[in-house]
Amino acid sequence: MTVIEEPRTTIRSGTIGDSPVRPDGVAKVQGTYAFSSDLHADGCLFGATLRSPHPHARIVAIDLSAAWKLNGVEAVITAEDVPGQLTYGLIAQDQPVFAVDVVRYVGEPIAAVAAIDPETARRALDAIEVTYEVLTPLLDPEAAIAGGHDPIHPDGNLIRHQHIVHGDPSATGAVVVEGTYEIGMQDQAFLGLEAAIAYPDPGADGVELHVATQWLHEDQKQIAACLGFADEKVRMVLGGVGGAFGAREDISLQVHTCLLALRLARPVRMAYSRAESFLGHVHRHPATIWMRHHADADGRLVNVEARFVFDGGAYASTSSAVLVNGITMAQGPYACPNGMVDGYAARTNHLPCGAMRGFGAVQACFAYESQMDKLAAACGVEPAEIRLRNAMKTGDTLFTGQPVLNVAPVEDCIRETMALPLPDEPVGGTPLSDGSQDAMKLPGGAGRTADAGDIVRGIGWGVSIKNLMYSENFDDYSTARCRLADGVATLKFATAEVGQGFITIAAQIARSILGVDEVELDQIDTHIGSAGSTSASRQTWMSGGAVDAACRAARERLFEAVGTAHGIEPIRLMIEGTDVIDTAGDLRIPVVEASSGLTIDETIEYHHPPTEDLDENGQGNCHTAFAFVAHRAVVDVDPELGLVKVVQIATAQDVGNALNPLSVVGQIEGGIAQGLGLAVMEEIIQIDGVIRNGNFTDYLLPTFLDMPPVLATLIEQPDPHAPLGAKGVGEPPCISSTPAVVAAIRDALRQAGIDAPLDRVPVRPADICL
Amino acid sequence: MSNELFTLRVNGSDHDVADSWLGESLLDVLRDRIGLMGSKGACTQGECGSCSVLVDGVLVCSCLVMGASAVDQEIVTIEGVAPVGTPSDVQQAFVDAGAVQCGFCTPGLVMAVHDLLERTGSPTDTEIREELAGNVCRCTGYGRIIDAVQQVAVRRSSDHDGGRGDAS
Ligand code: FES
Ligand code: FES
Repeated sequence: MTVIEEPRTTIRSGTIGDSPVRPDGVAKVQGTYAFSSDLHADGCLFGATLRSPHPHARIVAIDLSAAWKLNGVEAVITAEDVPGQLTYGLIAQDQPVFAVDVVRYVGEPIAAVAAIDPETARRALDAIEVTYEVLTPLLDPEAAIAGGHDPIHPDGNLIRHQHIVHGDPSATGAVVVEGTYEIGMQDQAFLGLEAAIAYPDPGADGVELHVATQWLHEDQKQIAACLGFADEKVRMVLGGVGGAFGAREDISLQVHTCLLALRLARPVRMAYSRAESFLGHVHRHPATIWMRHHADADGRLVNVEARFVFDGGAYASTSSAVLVNGITMAQGPYACPNGMVDGYAARTNHLPCGAMRGFGAVQACFAYESQMDKLAAACGVEPAEIRLRNAMKTGDTLFTGQPVLNVAPVEDCIRETMALPLPDEPVGGTPLSDGSQDAMKLPGGAGRTADAGDIVRGIGWGVSIKNLMYSENFDDYSTARCRLADGVATLKFATAEVGQGFITIAAQIARSILGVDEVELDQIDTHIGSAGSTSASRQTWMSGGAVDAACRAARERLFEAVGTAHGIEPIRLMIEGTDVIDTAGDLRIPVVEASSGLTIDETIEYHHPPTEDLDENGQGNCHTAFAFVAHRAVVDVDPELGLVKVVQIATAQDVGNALNPLSVVGQIEGGIAQGLGLAVMEEIIQIDGVIRNGNFTDYLLPTFLDMPPVLATLIEQPDPHAPLGAKGVGEPPCISSTPAVVAAIRDALRQAGIDAPLDRVPVRPADICL
Repeated sequence: MSNELFTLRVNGSDHDVADSWLGESLLDVLRDRIGLMGSKGACTQGECGSCSVLVDGVLVCSCLVMGASAVDQEIVTIEGVAPVGTPSDVQQAFVDAGAVQCGFCTPGLVMAVHDLLERTGSPTDTEIREELAGNVCRCTGYGRIIDAVQQVAVRRSSDHDGGRGDAS
């Protein structure tokens, strides 16, 4: 059961608050929707990438001659063929297009080829001979921080260090709890693999790239710099995106595809396999977090001390921003007067890490929520109660000194989650009609290994805070254009639709503001200003805000035209349903008629208020806005075998205003599945810097059988700072669902008399039963 | 490489396949040789179900079947479920129930759900989960997909002739 609010009676079908179907839905269910991996051009060639087998090595020589000799090979390129900047990166441009002299992780690109078919391209890669001098890899982030290892990169082994001091960091409380927590490396594992097709301009002085990405304009900027072009010489078109979750924020195959196409003056297509995808995009940072919480005897927080170490892997990507998100959320959604946090993002020879849904807040939350449970136990109060006692409210201050000015319904999230019913199925599941045990309801499922009599049930809590939009003085904006003619609104924006459904709500906004039924969506490309990234739960607020503002501007023009035609002050006009009406008279004209013959065309850039950098003490209003959520997990555990079945997740999420309740529920359920994955199964394993499970047989994803029913309540308290009252909803679901599941496992084990720390995710069977 | 020609019967029509290499998967033959791009590949290891098609009425991962071995068999792909613009009941339910986000898993899931409902008219929640466990979706968390399946099951049992697709 999912609690979805009934559409409010005042809304017209397809407007804000309704749940109209996705405009791309029918194409997607019928298989006619073109994902970027479905794109093809006549005469196009196929690209492939040669990657390093070593985590750290010097390149002594590269011999391309055998590859060139193969029939059907059209181009073989290396760093020498990069005409512009040799490196790229979202924050620091420290990552080579192709390795120059040194490789720093297993999977680093060294060369690329283009051939008449993918098989020939693959054989050409085999024919390239690289001579390496293997170097000692730096694999321990603590060693990178300590400075004992030679720099593995000219920028050094420490990507960022940030300190935060707030109040009196030496304050102590009657109750002190402490722990060190580890978070494994998670993969975004979108299903639609990386793919792109590049069309060179005649004369090869420009290129058009169709690619699945999260941020067209940032790609454009980075690609153009590497190609040595002005930005406008790289035109970007969004290829159908099969999920993103942060993994498409960085460059992967974009520059390589363009380089090959420009070199050959022919369209070139590149597409990764799953194994290559694991090497080709950034992952969620593995982290080690130490925390010590001080509280008074009632469990009210007095001080939080913490030290965060994020392993950034070989290149910076967004590590410095992930770090700041993590450490500024160290207190969680709780008021606390004092705190001291130290955070490090280290460079190692592991796979590069960057954005993944939750972006630093996930790692922080596993640590602080594990601590809150320890505190509850030490104070002898219930886990939900300790959280209620400390729940943050609007106006409370973060350790950065920043007041939380948004709606902050932490207490409501917890209470509404508590109000959701616990599962009525008995431990181990309802027996089958013949009275026998339903093995599918037991931990281990079809393995039929668990014995029903051994199963114990546990309940756990997780509550979290997430910053929305970009932070630290970044000029974050989105652009939208609205044209209105003959009752049809046409919207254009560069907002990457990655599956989240922005295109659906964009049309809802236009229908609501303009009173039109018909909304057309223009191609998503760089022929308009940037929309910023589809990340940080920001597009509903930012691009939603831009579409809203563009539609309002278009509505003003419409009112002016109607006012002039009828001799009425435009200020008196409003939209009611699909009509323009005079609030002080009888005039009522359908928008279709009122806009007939007009061409209204408005483009608006929406900026959120500026944010500040952090000073050396970590003080500053660095974040834009915040959202909150609570999760309660129920699990059945077989303590002997270490098997877990998640039985139910209940949640109440602070959404501000649910513009499309069905889409919100989709984000909640999908995010929880990823949080559950991190809790009990998902981890990229690297041994000596080599990935050992880069495929879907060995990297486990939650299936229909792993994912329990979700009970969700939407906390709708429109945020006055948000353009539509709506907060981003994408990230919160995957943040505190992870600690909730782990807490539930600990609770179950306690009932079996086992006190397992479970201070590391994902929780493995051996962590439970050994 | 082999230039031998073979013919596959897909969605009721014969397709000559040239230039297929020995052992090329049915998924690649469908997509790259015949041009039917509706079946997707996300793992090519039989783990995700994105490539699900029917071969002689049996649901298979087309990434695990050799194209040349499917000669003389009736292959049904997502393109054969219903005419473009006229979604089957399962397809429409996916759209209406919010079971589609990025949609990459969707063609494979639609094939699997048609197959499930042909065999089991009113599947229980556990049956739905067990039967579809070979189809991974990374976006939805599965809740709305289960809702879509249940909606179709209820509608079919209350209306025997109701708008059924022809994926059987
Ligand atoms: S592509 Fe065939 S099962 Fe994943
Ligand atoms: S909708 Fe994206 S994988 Fe299922």
